[in-house]
Amino acid sequence: MAEEAKKVTAPLDDATIKDLKIGDRVLLSGTIYTGRDAAHKRLIETLEKGEELPIPLEGQVIFYVGPAPAKPGKVIGSAGPTTSYRMDPYAPKLIELGMGGMIGKGNRGKEVRDAMKKYGAVYFASIGGAAALTADTIKKAEVVAYEELGPEAIRKLEIKDMPVVVVNDAYGGDLYEEGRKEYEIK
Amino acid sequence: MRVIKAEELTPIIKKLCMDSNYFLDDDLINVLKKAVDEEDSPAGKEVLEKILENAEIAARDEVAACQDTGFTVVFMDIGEDVFFEGSINEAINEGVRQGYTDGYLRKSILDDALRRKNTGDNTPAIIHIREVPGDKVHITIAPKGGGAENMSTVKMLSPAAGEDGVVQAVVDQVSQAGANPCPPVIVGVGLGGTFEMAALNAKRALLRPLGTFSDDEETARIEKRMLTEINKLGIGPQGFGGRVTCLGVFIERYPCHIASLSCGININCHSSRHKEAVL
Ligand code: SF4
Repeated sequence: MAEEAKKVTAPLDDATIKDLKIGDRVLLSGTIYTGRDAAHKRLIETLEKGEELPIPLEGQVIFYVGPAPAKPGKVIGSAGPTTSYRMDPYAPKLIELGMGGMIGKGNRGKEVRDAMKKYGAVYFASIGGAAALTADTIKKAEVVAYEELGPEAIRKLEIKDMPVVVVNDAYGGDLYEEGRKEYEIK
Repeated sequence: MRVIKAEELTPIIKKLCMDSNYFLDDDLINVLKKAVDEEDSPAGKEVLEKILENAEIAARDEVAACQDTGFTVVFMDIGEDVFFEGSINEAINEGVRQGYTDGYLRKSILDDALRRKNTGDNTPAIIHIREVPGDKVHITIAPKGGGAENMSTVKMLSPAAGEDGVVQAVVDQVSQAGANPCPPVIVGVGLGGTFEMAALNAKRALLRPLGTFSDDEETARIEKRMLTEINKLGIGPQGFGGRVTCLGVFIERYPCHIASLSCGININCHSSRHKEAVL
């Protein structure tokens, strides 16, 4: 685990992706998009129909989150990660098309990890359940697609220093496996 | 006979929905603070500190501690001398509707498992009613997020499996769940009863205060054994590796069929929410 958190800006360029290693603590700023189950299903259906996606993908980071409604005076409601494996059927295609990173929680399947290694992408974990704290790092939020999906709509977020940890890097590493091995008592 | 108008439940349920999502209980905060000291892994320690900081922000701003404000599970113990006028179900659901709408809580409930259309107000609640002696009504609401609920199961073990088999089943379940249910987790175990009773008792077990064990000596011993074994897994806070994978194990027991050893395992996340009221 690195001593100091790395400051990273999204969208991610190739050099940044290459520099990130499992266990790195990252303070992420810049522009990211939200998307979870229903939005992913729609994105893939759009691609299958040969239509244009409502968001750019190159180097972009998708945050798996369905936020709570914003209280008056707040930019967004509480916004922690949802469990990522449910997006596994859709993620490899998006990584192939240039997506640079994902933020969620929990293990990814082999196909996702293979795609990350092949095309260069990272998977960050945000602290599941620390949703009020994470929401405080979101400075702007705007629905950009699928508004009818409510909490599942795609939002464009401007974020400042969102704390995340690199779980899978572009080299095939997996913090969940490594971390557990280090502390397991047989 | 004590007569209560069912509609009196609505404002109580509304408040419990909001309070349970904003204000995490002291028992949880206390075990989390202790866990910070017990955790060896720097990443794990940092996670636990952030979870505590999150609880402070949620309480300060009166916003949901976790965005997944869950399925609203309502436990009601109704005294046998109480008579409700009107529909308990409707009154509870109206409270949920108001609490989730006015409280800016996420509406996570769909009309059907396959059609998947959001009901828009987080109803219906899941309601468990029990008759108890007396003329009081005890209400507990426990919103339950999807991430941890999805990692839960009921195992119909062979009676020969015994205590060792039960401990193994619980440890295996937490092990497989890995980082998915936002560890550190809390585990509720329902031992005995039919299939659905084992599941319900596992959920009910999660209502007990953290940092305590069962009053029954044997049950307490098995709870401690499970807790120790789970914390050897190394999963740690958020699965980043560490000592603190589990904050507590609670077992509820029930009579059992001669052919069965049913074992419900309900995993809860650190965002363990429950609030009570007595009417
Ligand atoms: S598992 Fe719990 S802490 Fe994690 S996202 Fe779901 S409700 Fe929140």
